[in-house]
Amino acid sequence: MNLDYLILALKNLKHRGIRSWLTLLGIFIGVTAVVSLISLGAGLQAAVGAQFGISSTQVITVQAGGINAFGAPGSGAVNKLTTSDADAIKRLSSVDMAIPRNIETIRVEFNDMLNIMSAISMPYGEEKKRGWEVMDLEAEKGRLLQDSDLKKVVLGNNFANDDNGFDKSVETGNKILINGEKFEVVGILKKKGSLIFDNIILINNDVLEDLTGYGDEVDLIAVVIKDTDLMNRAVEDIEKLMRNRRGVKEGEEDFEVSTPEVMMETVNNILGGVQAFIVIIASISILVGALGIVNTMTTSVLERRKEIGIMKAIGAKNSQVFMQFFFESGMLGLMGGLVGVVIGTLIGIAGTAGINGFLGTELSPVIDFVLIIGALIGSFFIGAVAGIVPAMNAAKQNPVEALRG
Amino acid sequence: MGDKKEREIIRLRNVSKHYPMGDSVVKALSHLEFKVYEGEFVAIMGPSGSGKSTAMNLVGSLDVPTFGTIYLDNGDISELSESDLAQIRGKKIGFIFQSFNLIPNLTVKENVMLPMMFQGTSIEERENKAEELLRLVELHERMGHYPGEISGGQMQRVAIARSLANDPEVILADEPTGNLDTKTGAIVMDFLEKLNRKGKTVIMVTHDPDLAEEYADVVYWLKDGELEKVTKRCGKKFIDVTKKKKKEMKNNKKKRKE
Repeated sequence: MNLDYLILALKNLKHRGIRSWLTLLGIFIGVTAVVSLISLGAGLQAAVGAQFGISSTQVITVQAGGINAFGAPGSGAVNKLTTSDADAIKRLSSVDMAIPRNIETIRVEFNDMLNIMSAISMPYGEEKKRGWEVMDLEAEKGRLLQDSDLKKVVLGNNFANDDNGFDKSVETGNKILINGEKFEVVGILKKKGSLIFDNIILINNDVLEDLTGYGDEVDLIAVVIKDTDLMNRAVEDIEKLMRNRRGVKEGEEDFEVSTPEVMMETVNNILGGVQAFIVIIASISILVGALGIVNTMTTSVLERRKEIGIMKAIGAKNSQVFMQFFFESGMLGLMGGLVGVVIGTLIGIAGTAGINGFLGTELSPVIDFVLIIGALIGSFFIGAVAGIVPAMNAAKQNPVEALRG
Repeated sequence: MGDKKEREIIRLRNVSKHYPMGDSVVKALSHLEFKVYEGEFVAIMGPSGSGKSTAMNLVGSLDVPTFGTIYLDNGDISELSESDLAQIRGKKIGFIFQSFNLIPNLTVKENVMLPMMFQGTSIEERENKAEELLRLVELHERMGHYPGEISGGQMQRVAIARSLANDPEVILADEPTGNLDTKTGAIVMDFLEKLNRKGKTVIMVTHDPDLAEEYADVVYWLKDGELEKVTKRCGKKFIDVTKKKKKEMKNNKKKRKE
């Protein structure tokens, strides 16, 4: 029996004017926002994560705190870390390697243009090898740095573009001036889709130290742990060690030990904020859509008084008239939801493909059928609820008066 | 006609309908009394404002009287709820309106199926019955058309088919030829006559005395909300039976008082 009302509702909807469909914009936009947001979820996370250079799950980053200036990580710290901190961390039982890294501000000249950029130091030997692995860096052109390289650099992928700030793409074999000294570009890295890695300038540690003279000071220590399971213990060990070395109490640390999880959590917090914002907008949109349905259904009941009269004359009970308008209203909501789900999913697919193209990842869009079915049922429900009062008005019509139109 | 008057289908007993209009009351119908027997063709005749539409609404159980009692198939319907009335009229009364009143968004066939849907008939049964009825009014080739795509006469024939959907006791036709030209009007009336000959009770509301006397067995003449006279077919002529009817009314009143 209810199927009859659905069919009847669909037939009536088919003959609706554009006005009715426009009132669905609210529901449509709301559902599109929610569905695309969720299907893009994994992609967004990966994209934002990549921008922060979060990739490995085995690396803990130690940075000095008390930042008093803007700049590269650790570079503005008052009480800087030193190579001996790295050596001490290296001696912890849970730690495999502790690689001191320096991020230095340098002047880069190429094609007669000057830019202020950041160079990152590369360690030597086994640490260098792990460094490439941990940062997931590969050469697209040329090669990676070797320990014996002196005045040689490896550059991020963005340097190979024309819009790298030098108005000319940098090729392997090109010479660039760093702080006035000539360096040869030996390799261009593969694209990472990350602001940090795609603009990176990698120079062997001793060479960079000669160039900028940071001595023992270290901007951050990348700690590779022996086993992923030891993550929590390693963090505790490092924190304890560093508290002792720097003479600070627990809770007053002037340094920061961050794990990829923690960093990812930060990313998720940011994303969560964005998502909450979109959900609020979507909710407002859906509310407006629901009011639109109330409006269009109320008008529809007024316009179709005669039809209501006819239905009653040929035997429709109040409840049956109610059901017809109730279902019609629900179907109206469902239509908005359906379009929203389709467009939202398409945005999810296209967006994820875009992120994949940009980051070189192989993420797939999250197509959550529970979410889709939920969105559809929800849209029907919102439409139906919005239609309750108009449908009650329709059911209440006096047949004699309604027949007069 | 004597053999037709076996079963009383509709009976109005001292029925009045008053409408409040501001501070005053409009007496649309006063003390109407009549009976319709199974298989009769009855016309309710009157000029505009005579109360014939009100009478039709009451007979068709679209409305309830202010005073008096209405019996449909021996059941009192004067004080039923809106939904019970709907159920009863859906089952027992088939309406034909002056302006056809088909639902424009539904095809001809769907329009005929609709009254059966409200009675909970299965979809297969509805389809079969609708096709059968449309064949009866010779419109089965137009089943898939929408009302806007067929002529007025055809629309009225669809309305006739729809009125028969639930196999009602009574066909109630309100000015069925009012919106049609003479020729198509005659075709529609022929269908109604055919139905009547097959035993269907037909009540027609009209302002046209010629139409009333051409087709009806009994004509109730209304004027200013009251019964003016009752004429009855006797061979080719109509004879005035008002006195007889009024006497009946008096007797009824007496009985009620007793």
